[in-house]
Amino acid sequence: MTKNILLVGVGGQGTILAAKILTLGLMEAGYDVKMSEIHGMSQRGGAVSSHVRYGEKVYSPVIEKGSADVLVSFEQMEALRWLEYMRPGSKAVVNSQVIKPTPVIIGKAEYSDKILDEICSKVDATVLDAQAEALAVGNSRVLNILLVGAAAKIMKLDGINWSDIIAKNVKSAFVDVNQKAFARGQELVTAV
Amino acid sequence: MKILMTGDEAIARGAYEAGVAFASAYPGTPSTEILENVSTYKEIVSEWAPNEKVALEAAAGASIGGARSLACMKHVGVNVAADPLFTFSYTGVRGGMVLISADEPGMHSSQNEQDNRWYAVSAKLPMLEPSDSQECIDMLRTAYDVSEEFDTPVLMRITTRIAHSKSIVSLSDRKNVPIKEYVKEVQKYVAVPAIASKRRRVVETRMGDLKDYSEKTPLNRIEQGGKIGVIASGMCYNYAKEVFGDSATYLKLGFSHPLPDNLLHEFYKLVDTVYIIEENDPYLQQWVERLGYKCVGKPTIPPYGEMTPDVLRKALGQQELNVVTYDDSLVVPRPPVLCAGCPHRGFFYELAKKKDTVIAGDIGCYSLGFAEPFNGMDYIVCMGAAFSSGHGTQQALVAAGKDTRVVGVMGDSTFFHMGINGLIEVLYNNSKTICVVLDNRTTGMTGHQEHPGTGHDIRREPTHEINIEATVKALGAKNVAVVDPNNIKEVRNALNDAYSKDEPYVIITRWPCVLKPMNEADYVEFGKDLFKNKYHVNEEACIGCKACIRAGCPANSMDAVKNKMVIDKLACVGCSVCSQICPKSAIVISEVDR
Repeated sequence: MTKNILLVGVGGQGTILAAKILTLGLMEAGYDVKMSEIHGMSQRGGAVSSHVRYGEKVYSPVIEKGSADVLVSFEQMEALRWLEYMRPGSKAVVNSQVIKPTPVIIGKAEYSDKILDEICSKVDATVLDAQAEALAVGNSRVLNILLVGAAAKIMKLDGINWSDIIAKNVKSAFVDVNQKAFARGQELVTAV
Repeated sequence: MKILMTGDEAIARGAYEAGVAFASAYPGTPSTEILENVSTYKEIVSEWAPNEKVALEAAAGASIGGARSLACMKHVGVNVAADPLFTFSYTGVRGGMVLISADEPGMHSSQNEQDNRWYAVSAKLPMLEPSDSQECIDMLRTAYDVSEEFDTPVLMRITTRIAHSKSIVSLSDRKNVPIKEYVKEVQKYVAVPAIASKRRRVVETRMGDLKDYSEKTPLNRIEQGGKIGVIASGMCYNYAKEVFGDSATYLKLGFSHPLPDNLLHEFYKLVDTVYIIEENDPYLQQWVERLGYKCVGKPTIPPYGEMTPDVLRKALGQQELNVVTYDDSLVVPRPPVLCAGCPHRGFFYELAKKKDTVIAGDIGCYSLGFAEPFNGMDYIVCMGAAFSSGHGTQQALVAAGKDTRVVGVMGDSTFFHMGINGLIEVLYNNSKTICVVLDNRTTGMTGHQEHPGTGHDIRREPTHEINIEATVKALGAKNVAVVDPNNIKEVRNALNDAYSKDEPYVIITRWPCVLKPMNEADYVEFGKDLFKNKYHVNEEACIGCKACIRAGCPANSMDAVKNKMVIDKLACVGCSVCSQICPKSAIVISEVDR
């Protein structure tokens, strides 16, 4: 049975590295893996998504609406934007960070303060301040790997040498802080 | 060894394994990363060309010179390269030659959704369509063998989801393919009518031979299952597999021009109902129907967009997956924006204030100038069209007796791509079109590729730099202003000067893209402190007038409680545009944050 992890956020938040670490771990665990992302125009501060699918044999690299086993959102409004991609009953990890889109900045729209309430009333969501948690382990930029750690815990992806994969894929000066962030992400959620 | 690769990375690998010796491209989403990855193989001469036509011509020339060669481009790039493509089909190759066309169903980063499979038909070329990264490698190796065996360039058509999806691949060694001895063959390669008309007949014979190949190649295969039949190629094969499962019978077409008629007859003997799953045009469907078969295709299958499994389920009336419903009125659109520190911001802030003006835009990050808060663009035609289309509009307005001015706006890479031709048009025909080159020292939108104006090649090694100001002056432009776009007064003065003259006027803004990899020359020209400053708001001076917000910087927003502007100091890179706009001098440099 193919499993689906959907990572969403805002261009520049590090979703691509997060998806890369996940897919490498899954490949090492012996799964067939496919990953799809859209970049180009959307990376200029627009909404971005990375689709990770794994199982015995994966065909489509794209997650369908209603089929994500976990939604990992790097920003709160993005979680709501992608909520219909979740399989009813699945889990979400939501970074509570707010990044205002242009219509909000220029005063043409409002960033509602009811977004987290709406998410939590509709799905089983763990809301965390990933920036603050990442800063607490040493660097707010590693919030992406912290969220990968949370996703790996929820999907019960144990028995994969995540520390080793992180070590091979981030700059040497940042290995330690990324490994700590991954571990912290694991602590912050419970498995399905 | 098994590794994960995107389709673009896999095509680069396939080129390496196939013994390719020369590769050329112009960047364009989703094809850009192919040549970036090709350039990591030192055995392949890898080059950015100024545009797709030049890239294809260089690859054709390399083939005539005896080398296996590769040209890569996005779908609309093939329009630019179509002229040499059609002739090269007639002359044929010496070293194998493959053109990669990266199509964009769904138009994630493109202005249209054209289906380039038709180029294989009209240019009379064999076509391959891989379905995943492993097939990108394997089919490219096959493509070079086909190219040399049948003496033809080969079109490999991929789509965004092939280019930008990762899947697991196994690697092989590079095949040793010596560059063939150059031989002068006038009767083959000189495309004058007398010779080309003989080659035309050769092409016809070739297409017959390729049709036989299409019947036999394992790239076209029947996967036998039940009585439901599915015909698909490329990524659509994977989408169909998700929706119809392993119980259907599939006709998978990896070699999709010319198409295998006999294999189709065989397929129809096995199945009752046939679905044709394809994105964009009914290319396969027209073939099937021409051979007299019934099928379910367009318009049941939507004629535009990506045929992802959810789209297919809905189109076919199948049970859709349950989804969580939510209050979507809380979700605000998040369009792409000019980055904090983008050098286009200061220019568009000033240009957008101009009255009685038509702004002809172009393809690049600055296309975003069309949107809020600038609304600074009237139209975009295609890559390199700002000056030429602007010229036409200006001439029409003059003919109508109007005083309206036209400003054409394009980037530096776009200027070298095709824009320079538009400037020649303006100068030669002496219109008062104002031509602006927004030189941010890189090809921004596609991810910071070098180009002829940067002084660096694809491997970021120093090379000959073509200076835009010198080029423009050499063409004979008398009015040329080079300005710092972060200095809005300088921009305003240049625009006012241009509006005061009734003759061609060129403005070049020159400041680097904040995201580009900087080189030594950048630090020499733009200063060691480039992008290291931070600004903050003096809350006592800020009157909450929101004038600065009209610069549309993602680092700036209003604190609704205090009614003061606030700058995200993590995002601010110190371009100073907002501080120049502020009527109360409330936005000041923060020494402590440097």
